[in-house]
Amino acid sequence: MLVKDLQILRRSKLLVGLLVVYPVAIALLIGFALSSGPEKPRLAFLNQIPATQTQINFGGERIDVEAYTDELFDAVDRIEVQNRAQLLEKVRTGEALAGLIIPADFVQKLSSGGFNSAMVEVVYNGDALKQNFVESTVESKLALADAALARQINQLASGYIKVITTGGEIDALGQSFKLLGLVESKRLLDETLEDAPRDIRRKLEPLQRFANLGVANIGRFNDVLNTVENPVQVEETVLSGRRTPLDTFAVALAVAVSLMFVCVLLASGLLALEREENTFSRLARGLVPGGRLLAGKVLLAGGCAFLVTLAMLLGISAFVPLDYGRVALWVLAIAASAIAFATLGVAIGSLAREVRAASLLALMLALPLAFLALVPSGGVSPLLYDVIRVISALFPFKPALDAIDHAINDAPASLPVALAHLAALTLVFGAAARWGLRRFATA
Amino acid sequence: MSVDAATAAPALAVQGISKSFGERRAVHDVSFEVARGELLAIIGPNGAGKTTLLSILAEIQKADAGSVAQPAGATARIGWVPQQTAIYGKLTVEQNLRLFAKLEKVADADATVERMLDQTGLRERAGDELGRLSGGNRQRVNIAVGLLADPPVLLLDEPSGALDPRQRERLWGFITALTDRGTAVIFATHDIAEAERHAGRVLVLADGELLFNGTASELKTIAGADEEHDLEQAFVGFLRDRGH
Repeated sequence: MLVKDLQILRRSKLLVGLLVVYPVAIALLIGFALSSGPEKPRLAFLNQIPATQTQINFGGERIDVEAYTDELFDAVDRIEVQNRAQLLEKVRTGEALAGLIIPADFVQKLSSGGFNSAMVEVVYNGDALKQNFVESTVESKLALADAALARQINQLASGYIKVITTGGEIDALGQSFKLLGLVESKRLLDETLEDAPRDIRRKLEPLQRFANLGVANIGRFNDVLNTVENPVQVEETVLSGRRTPLDTFAVALAVAVSLMFVCVLLASGLLALEREENTFSRLARGLVPGGRLLAGKVLLAGGCAFLVTLAMLLGISAFVPLDYGRVALWVLAIAASAIAFATLGVAIGSLAREVRAASLLALMLALPLAFLALVPSGGVSPLLYDVIRVISALFPFKPALDAIDHAINDAPASLPVALAHLAALTLVFGAAARWGLRRFATA
Repeated sequence: MSVDAATAAPALAVQGISKSFGERRAVHDVSFEVARGELLAIIGPNGAGKTTLLSILAEIQKADAGSVAQPAGATARIGWVPQQTAIYGKLTVEQNLRLFAKLEKVADADATVERMLDQTGLRERAGDELGRLSGGNRQRVNIAVGLLADPPVLLLDEPSGALDPRQRERLWGFITALTDRGTAVIFATHDIAEAERHAGRVLVLADGELLFNGTASELKTIAGADEEHDLEQAFVGFLRDRGH
């Protein structure tokens, strides 16, 4: 039996190829869609610090600003830009996951204003999925850079505290001073007070208590310093002016995925059923023109999916606050998407002889389309991302997601563009379905 | 045959029909006529082009060359009963008949459905889903759908292929009743005995070519078969002699 099965598989090259290639392709797509992206995210980087201001001055001591920037440079794949406009363009086109700007006054503010006064700017493009990925990545890298800077500041401040505590030399205002130190001061005070007259001892007792208290709590100074972890603030800029929260983006995604599966499976199954029942041969005699047959299936599948997803959206709105003022746009986006998905479904159905084959084909196509549309730019190489973008543009999932996301969340994607894209795909898949019907009518 | 085929005007005239699929020639220059009330069998080995020829007559496929003509003034379409039952398994007998009656734009769909339920003898099963019926009953509904528009010519592709002898007998009784009422019936089969028993005339088709057009006894004579040989043996010898 094993040999027989192997012989059969050897003669079913297409099936075996599909069995091998498809799971690998799906695994890769899932990886692309869900992975945390490359080790070093591609960031457009604009360093506006003047070449002459490369050191941060703390009370006469200098920290090289590279302590901060080097940590960032190591953590990201830098795309150097010359100005803000270039940086915004890189982010807008998706060439860079985000943009990072270190402003010209960074060194000056950190030197003069102290902690939390200096800022770096991170620019996002407003894509919820991408921003979620980038935000976590960039924030972790900035935190590392902050920590490196904080360590240097801590070391410097700890040095001052040590001199104040145990004595030593300190440089301030261009001059060197010798300090006695708190410990030595306490020892001298204790010795002096042992032989001092009672009234002097009484007057100096508060000073002695202060010295005792200071020496006893020296260790706490360093603890306080160690709590200073974020000397630099991060300012977020979103290109579209706002961002889609991830939870409401998930609502749009859930609606788009449900709509696609219901439409594609139902439409392909309905058309394939005509072939499975052999009724297509009767209908093809002119009882029902091909266009009318397809339109009927599209409207039925699209209508059912429309009602299901609209009910689903209303149900979800009980848990996730949605803007009911945009219901008209929900209806428009879901309806246009449903028609496009159902047309894709009948195109698939026109290729299959039976419902099971149509359903399998529809699933095999729909699943990777959903994953492809979720791969963020910058998450894969630019060439691969361009390929993914082209493939996504050839099928309705991406424009449907854009349209629904805009309708629900006022996402930055243009609704008219997404609707026009869906309409064009509806025409293309409608023509493909007509061709498929004609091919099978004469087979 | 209840209607005199020799004197009646042809219900259908087929002239020079040819059809190829790529390099493969499915039907080549086939011409014949069928009269009202005539029962005509198209016999031939598998792949002879029988189904292709019927599908061209039924207007499912277009011929590369040739013509199919009905008498002047004929308005009803040719009836078509495909080899496999072409009706909806999840609809009842009555729902199927009513649906196709409307699609055929039958003038009085309700009366036509009632008539077909009586004709098929399935009135008691009118409310049953097709999927629950026996193969014979499904085939009767299949034929009934082909007859809804009261066509002058009915095409049947392997009508009794999946039926047991009793179901076959009932089916042929039904078809004979149709020819008695003047409907011309053309059926394709590779059951030679069935063709000999029921058809008034047979066409022999092999590799798309029409090799013979006449009665079963004429075929036997041409094949040189004596009385001990049946039509099937004569048919096989006839094809062998002609290189098929």
